[in-house]
This record gives sequence, C-alpha cells and structure tokens, in this order.
Amino acid sequence: MARITLSQLRHSYLPRPTGPDDYVLKDIDLDWHNGGAYALLGPSGCGKSTLLNIISGLLAPSEGRIFFDGRDVTELPPEQRNIAQVFQFPVIYDTMSVYNNLAFPLRNRGVDEAVIKDRVTKIAEMLDVTEMLQKPAAGLSPDNKQKISMGRGLVRDDVNVVMFDEPLTVIDPHLKWTLRSKLKELHQKVRATMIYVTHDQTEALTFADQVVVMEDGQIVQIGTPVELFERPTHTFVGHFIGSPGMNILPCTVQNGQALFDGHPVVLEGPIVAGPADQSGGLTQIGIRPEFITFGETGVPATVRKVADIGRHSVVDTLVGEFIIKVILEGAAPAQGSAVHLRFDPSKTRLYRDGWIATKELEAAE
Amino acid sequence: MKKAYQKAWFLVLPVLLLVAFNALIPMMTVVNYSVQETFGNNLFFWEGLGWFEKLLNSDRFHAALGRQFMFTGLILVIEVPLGIAIALAMPRQGIWVPFFLVTMALPMLIPWNVVGAMWNIFTLPDIGLLGYFMNHTLGIDYDMTQNPFAAWVTIITMDVWHWTSLVVLLSYAGLVSIPDAYYQAAKIDGATRWAVFRYIQLPKMKQVLTIAILLRFMDSFNIYTEIFVLTGGGPGNSTTLLSIDLVKIALGQFDLGPAAAMSLIYFAITLLISWLFYTLMTKDDLK
Repeated sequence: MARITLSQLRHSYLPRPTGPDDYVLKDIDLDWHNGGAYALLGPSGCGKSTLLNIISGLLAPSEGRIFFDGRDVTELPPEQRNIAQVFQFPVIYDTMSVYNNLAFPLRNRGVDEAVIKDRVTKIAEMLDVTEMLQKPAAGLSPDNKQKISMGRGLVRDDVNVVMFDEPLTVIDPHLKWTLRSKLKELHQKVRATMIYVTHDQTEALTFADQVVVMEDGQIVQIGTPVELFERPTHTFVGHFIGSPGMNILPCTVQNGQALFDGHPVVLEGPIVAGPADQSGGLTQIGIRPEFITFGETGVPATVRKVADIGRHSVVDTLVGEFIIKVILEGAAPAQGSAVHLRFDPSKTRLYRDGWIATKELEAAE
Repeated sequence: MKKAYQKAWFLVLPVLLLVAFNALIPMMTVVNYSVQETFGNNLFFWEGLGWFEKLLNSDRFHAALGRQFMFTGLILVIEVPLGIAIALAMPRQGIWVPFFLVTMALPMLIPWNVVGAMWNIFTLPDIGLLGYFMNHTLGIDYDMTQNPFAAWVTIITMDVWHWTSLVVLLSYAGLVSIPDAYYQAAKIDGATRWAVFRYIQLPKMKQVLTIAILLRFMDSFNIYTEIFVLTGGGPGNSTTLLSIDLVKIALGQFDLGPAAAMSLIYFAITLLISWLFYTLMTKDDLK
C-alpha cells in the first residue's frame, strides 16, 4: 500500500507529437493517499485507461514521473511495481481451478505453499467463493470470474495499489450492485489504495471517497462526490455528473452583473476577472436542476414537457429559445403553463471558457 | 415438445445422394472386391475373409504399416512444435503481418506432384542445388536415390517444408484471438514466459491445434503423390508407405482382392486413430 504521485505526466501514442491535440494525456499532476478509494471518471476516450496503464507500468509515459511512496517507479516493469489490476473483461486462467487461479500470483513469486493456502482461503472467504475453490475456473459465470480476477489482485498482501478498469462492464445489471458493494466492503477490509476507472457516474460516486473527473486528457476536477455535485468547477463536470446534468446557459456580463436572456441573475459571489477582460471569453451560467424552484417572481418561462420519474419530476421549461430543466418534488405544473424560475443564488455560478469564474462568499470572507 | 417439421428431411436428400455416389457406392465396390478372387475376364470367386487374414499376417503389410507410423510420427513431432514456435515468433500486428501470412501460405498452394518434382530435382546428387552442395561442397555423402537414410531425411524435410505452414496458420489464428488483457494480467501476476505459454497461449490454441494435428495426421497417413514422385517408394522398399504399397498391389500386380482388403484396413486404421484422438482431445470441452 502506497501513496501514488503523478508528476507532470504527458502521454502521446504518436512517436513525434507536435501539438496538444496529439496528446491523450495533457499534464497530469495527482497525489493519491495511502489506502484511499479513488475513482477516475470520464467519457470513453478521455485518457483514463491510458493513465491507468501508465500507473500499472503496462505503458511508459512520454513525459513525467510516477512515484510510489516517493520512490520513482517510472522505469519499472509492472511485475516489479507490485500492483494489481482488474480488467474490463475477466481474465481467468482457463485450465486452472479457482484455487490455482488465486494462488497463481503468489506461486510466481515463490511464496511458501502453506502461506498461499492461508491467503487464498482468506481471500476466497472475503469474496464468497469458498465453495467454488476446487472447481475449474473456466465454467464460472462472468461475475464470479470477475471476482476471481479481483481476488488475484488482493491475494498479495503487499500490493501498492489495486486498479479496476471498468470492471463491471460485462456483469449483469442486477449483479452490478452486489459486486459494487462487495468492492466497497473489500476496500474497508484490506485498506489498500484502490483506483477505479469508469465512465459510469453511479459506480464512481458510490465507490470512491475522491473522484477525479477527466475530459480530453485533462483533469477537470478532483473532489468528493458531494463537492462534484454541489460545486462543479467546470461545466463538463456539471453536465457529466447528475441526472439530468447541470443547466448551462449562455450569458453576458455587464458591470459585474450576469445577464441571461436579458434577465439579471444573482450568483454565489463576485465574478473573478478574466485574463483578457474586455473580450471576456465565453461566459455561461451553470445551475443544477435540483436548485431551481418555481415562484411568483423570477425568470418567466413556459413548461414544455414534464417527465415523472417516480420520486420526482423533471420539468423542461422554455426561456426564449433555451431549455432549462427543473427537478421538482411534488405536483408539477401543466404543460404549456407560464411559470417563473428562481435560481438558488448560492448554487448559481458563472463559468468562463468552461471553468468556474465566481468566488464563493465564504471563501471571500 | 413441439412436433418437428418432417418434410425438412428432403432438403438433406441432395447431399445424401452426392455422398452416396462419391463415397458409399465406390466404397461398396471395394468391399465387394475384398471378399472375392478374380483372374480377369470379369470372373469372380468367393474368398470370404481370406484376404484380410492373409494381409494381417503378411510381413510386407507390417513393414509398410511400420514405415507409415514412423513417417506420420516423425512429421507430427517436428511440425507441431515447429509450427507453434513459428506462430509465436510471428508479429501479431503491424505492416509485416500480411507479408508473413502470405509467405507462410505459399508452400501449401503448390500442387503435390509439383512439390515432389521440385524436391526431386533439388536433391539430386549431381544436378540438384542441395544435392550438389551437400556432396560436392560439404563433402557429405547424400543421395536419396541410393541411401535409405538420405531418402527418409528428404521425405521428412519435404513434408515439413510443405505442411508446417498449416500448423503455423492455425496456431496463429488461435494466438491472435487472445485479448491483450490476458498478457497484461499475466505480467502483473508475475508470470514467466513459460507460464504465459502454458496457461494462456496453449489453452487458447488447444482447439485449433487439435484440428491442425488431426488434419496433419490424416494427410500424412494417406500421403501418396509427393513421395511417389520423389522416391517412388525407394531405394528398395525403404520409403514404401501404405498408400504406395497399396497402389503397387492394386495397379502394379493387379491383385484386386488383396488391394481392396488392404484399402479397407487402411481406411479403418485412419478412421479409428482420428476418432480416438478427437474424442480424447475434446472430452473435457463437453463437460
């Protein structure tokens, strides 16, 4: 178990990258603490699997260093980094029994058979696979196979980090939940540093203490699930996390006041000055559907569509040509009716070129 | 259970007729010959199982059968490991893949009698490239027309040259079907090169290898043309394998009865071994 530090990591699959577009990873700096549960969240192709393979040593980064507990491991091959990785598709040694599968990483390292027996029994118990130990691994169901591949990672008690690369892709939906809670439980038991890569926000948010959101080879935000939800620092995070995602509305800024479709909008705090202030960059207002309410005053809108999804309704409202989604508990107004939208000021923010450009009032105090 | 649509059987009829005409009926004529004696003029006498009995007790048949097993055994022992080794060494991606695949497939595209003729000319002591080089440059006495050992070396080499590619291509097909994650997981698990081969590559190749070995067994057990063109079964009888002996009896001596009996025994042996091998190799998969 170790602290993992990534320093100025860049990677390109091209032999001679020229511009930033040639890089699948652009300047990654990260510090992961010993024993934490982390998730790497991002859409397909954002570079998260590349990052994972760089940490495990399957891929050498074009630039930058990787440290485990301060020790530079950038040049080390995977087997010397003492890591474990669980892949998207379960990797099972078909000709071996479940027991031998679990024992394989230990046998390769010349561990004593008695110790192996002890470790395998313990891990099998944790994973609930004890009764399958003597069965051939080839005949198992996908979720059990995936458990065995996890087990092969956890069976070594000295692993620095266990990495999961979208491990629930091939698992039946009703088993995903069980396996996910199993993972969480395992993390609490073994206290190994775990990194979980996924494009599924539910998986990331339920598993991790800290989520790293990536887009297009960059880290856009690192934070707890609550932070990502409550205060996205990038429109991508707002839009990617949440269901439905954050409303992102074009706006103009005049005299420190944000205007959306001609209506002044109160923000969480003062607007941070942009780099070239006069041009201003692309400014947008971000507000989550959860933080909009209907009231007597506010931005006038018409109700376009109401979707009752059980616990609450998602109401699509129309302001000018823009759709604003509102999440509403209780009775929703009829389609076509005129309403007024009130934005919760403490949850309304201005984004400039995608990045947050307001200061929280508490922070300003 | 739902009642099956019985008229569908008629769809199988054309195949049944085809098989009947090109396999069953010719085979029945062989069965017919095998229990009779003839002196020509279309006069046949009942012989019962006499030919079978004589053949199974004949030294000539035992010798040919022994040579046949030796030939098939040797080429399998060489071609299978060599084929796997070459398949492992071939690149799995990149611009060279088509080049290697086509190069590998080339020997298999050459007609069998041409292969025999090529190797005949190639190895002739005084004019052949290899024969001349061995005898006159290296000073090694190598003459497949005179020396049984040289003849054996030549037929084995020829078969290895002609057919190892089949094992290579089938093994290669098995290898490229293995996802990268397996190799990555093995690396992380600290597996040695040998363990990767033993627990990942070999199991994934098992099915195609079974087919490869089966095909190589059947083809080599029935080999005729190449050896007939190359050595004609000589020198002496040293490379007279079963099929060559069979043709000598059937067409050389025109002993239809013994030849027919031999054909049936020959066929039975090929079938039995193929069946045994296939059953043993696939019995785990059925469980």
